[in-house]
Amino acid sequence: MTAILAEGLRKTYGKKGSAKAALAGLDLAVPAGTVHAVLGPNGAGKTTAVRILATLLRPDAGTARVAGRDAVREPDEVRYRIGLLGQHAAVDEVLSGRQNLELFGRLYHLGRAGARQRAAALLAQFGLDDTGGKPVGQYSGGMRRRLDLAASLIMRPQVLFLDEPTTGLDPRGRTEVWQAVRSLVGDGTTVLLTTQYLEEADQLADRVSVVDHGRAVAEGTADELKARLGGDRIDVVVRDADRLDAAAAVIGMAARAGEDAVEVDADARRISAPVADRMAALADTVAGLGAAGVAAEDVSLRRPTLDEVFLHLTGRTQDLNQEQDQDQDRRPERDDGRADGGAAGRARAVAEGSAR
Amino acid sequence: MTATTLPAPPPPARTAGARLKWAVADGLTMTGRGFAHWARRPGQAVVSLVFPVMMLVVFTYLLGGGMAVSGGGSYREYLVPGMLALAMSFGLEATMVSLTSDLGKGVVDRFRTMPMAPSAVLVGRALTDMAESAAGLVVMAGAGLAVGWRWHGTWAEALAAFGLLLLLRFAMLWAGIFLGLVAGKPEMVQAVQILVWPVAFLSSAFTSPETMPGWLGAVAEWNPMSATAGAIRELFDNPGWSGDSWAAQHQVLLAVVWPLVLLAVFFPLAVRRYRSLGR
Ligand SMILES: Nc1ncnc2c1ncn2[C@@H]1O[C@H](COP(=O)(O)OP(=O)(O)OP(=O)(O)O)[C@@H](O)[C@H]1O
Ligand SMILES: [Mg+2]
Repeated sequence: MTAILAEGLRKTYGKKGSAKAALAGLDLAVPAGTVHAVLGPNGAGKTTAVRILATLLRPDAGTARVAGRDAVREPDEVRYRIGLLGQHAAVDEVLSGRQNLELFGRLYHLGRAGARQRAAALLAQFGLDDTGGKPVGQYSGGMRRRLDLAASLIMRPQVLFLDEPTTGLDPRGRTEVWQAVRSLVGDGTTVLLTTQYLEEADQLADRVSVVDHGRAVAEGTADELKARLGGDRIDVVVRDADRLDAAAAVIGMAARAGEDAVEVDADARRISAPVADRMAALADTVAGLGAAGVAAEDVSLRRPTLDEVFLHLTGRTQDLNQEQDQDQDRRPERDDGRADGGAAGRARAVAEGSAR
Repeated sequence: MTATTLPAPPPPARTAGARLKWAVADGLTMTGRGFAHWARRPGQAVVSLVFPVMMLVVFTYLLGGGMAVSGGGSYREYLVPGMLALAMSFGLEATMVSLTSDLGKGVVDRFRTMPMAPSAVLVGRALTDMAESAAGLVVMAGAGLAVGWRWHGTWAEALAAFGLLLLLRFAMLWAGIFLGLVAGKPEMVQAVQILVWPVAFLSSAFTSPETMPGWLGAVAEWNPMSATAGAIRELFDNPGWSGDSWAAQHQVLLAVVWPLVLLAVFFPLAVRRYRSLGR
């Protein structure tokens, strides 16, 4: 059964015509009981899509069905079956964590005693017992996020939307959220999550949609998406940034991938290229670097990361600080890799940090 | 998770009767939230009660000596009803502030993803603010008595006067909800304050409109706040101002009609605006 279905979703904010479309015909299909990740750069339309599916926003066109109900025509039936963890905290800052959960429980019509019982269980589950009586305004970001997640689980929803659930959390908080998501999926909940962390999609998601300019540009399992990049890659870190160009030339030859496929990350002094024949590429790289007199700190063979898949599919790097690009004509990938080398480095550092 | 023993919520209301029942229950739950806010921030509640009292005391002693009432009588008895009406008008800002800070925090987003009655957020706001204003009126009237204000009419007339004050507050409430929904952010409230203050002061609260220059006097005469202030002066049997314009002669009528007109305009606007959030 399909738990979440979006077909041709369109949405333009503000005056039609003048503004750019936030969603330009988005399609998504998520089978029940699976985790689906939506990856996309800033402004791709991830939050817009989640808000439409969660009945907060009406699409200009297209259908949105959640748990077998139409999000536009039967919002109450959908609301009865979903939980939403929005990009920004949606809890009452003045009230305590316990008061928040009891309030939401009463508004879900659990009754006074039922709401109290549910609040206590959720506070315990998310390790908020001790702080349950403090006003939320005094919570740390991570505690607030956990409370927010607890609030979206009051119903034990069939479908859970998580909009960047772990942004701003420390590694421990992130692991806790992942754990909670995994246990929910074990209970049969369908999860749609958007994320800035490619690692998160890799860790949690059964399938991944890459969204760009309000459209899904690729869909598949993380492995399928990685396979699109043509298998293995060679990574070389040079000691001296001056020798990056020389090293890139050597690796281009050794990988037999053509110069266009070689990516240079200047900040990390790293060169990366797809390889067809692992052993030959490795041997030729080491020999070539030696002949050219380039000192390497590290040479390794590996599978591509989702980060690279992302760069490949959108022509951009995934980065929190990157401005939403206005230029419509995409530059060739290699130039992008050079121009945004720093951005790629930062994004990768974030992804790696999340794995630790 | 001990999933089996935990309560499961009932399905969403599918009949009109059930919807009405939940609308009432949810509205009361949201009102309870407003009271819980007071309990969490008693300081803020006290300030909102004390501020109008302070204004009342300051104005009675500041202006009390130098002002005379055109119709004769004690200026203090003229001023206190004016201050009561003024406090009701400033309720517009209070409502805007509390609503916009809710909207800004995103907690309203959570309410809107829940199968609760859509009216509950506004009903809760309305009941909380009305309760706060009623409490404020009692405190202010007490302060008025302390500085020498008295009512000379019957208890029934006094109750009618408080009823008119709360009616004005109710109209201001829906204006505040609408403007709060339009503004969206707490930062925008200041812009509205700049507009509200002159309108509030350009009334019969402090001085009789006859003493104001030409068109300012006319504005002050027809100001909804002047109507309420004038009407309750009549009901309290306090000295009023003795204009001979139609507005001056029919203050009680105007004090009923004006808020109803404002309600007829702002209530549907506010509800429409709330419903179209995210549309
Ligand atoms: N309330 C709004 N009013 C006007 N434009 C908006 C609004 N919300 C989003 N947009 C625009 O719609 C587009 C998509 O925004 P959206 O928030 O869905 O992106 P996103 O993928 O969630 O980005 P991020 O990764 O930054 O959260 C952007 O161009 C954004 O500027
Ligand atoms: Mg977003």
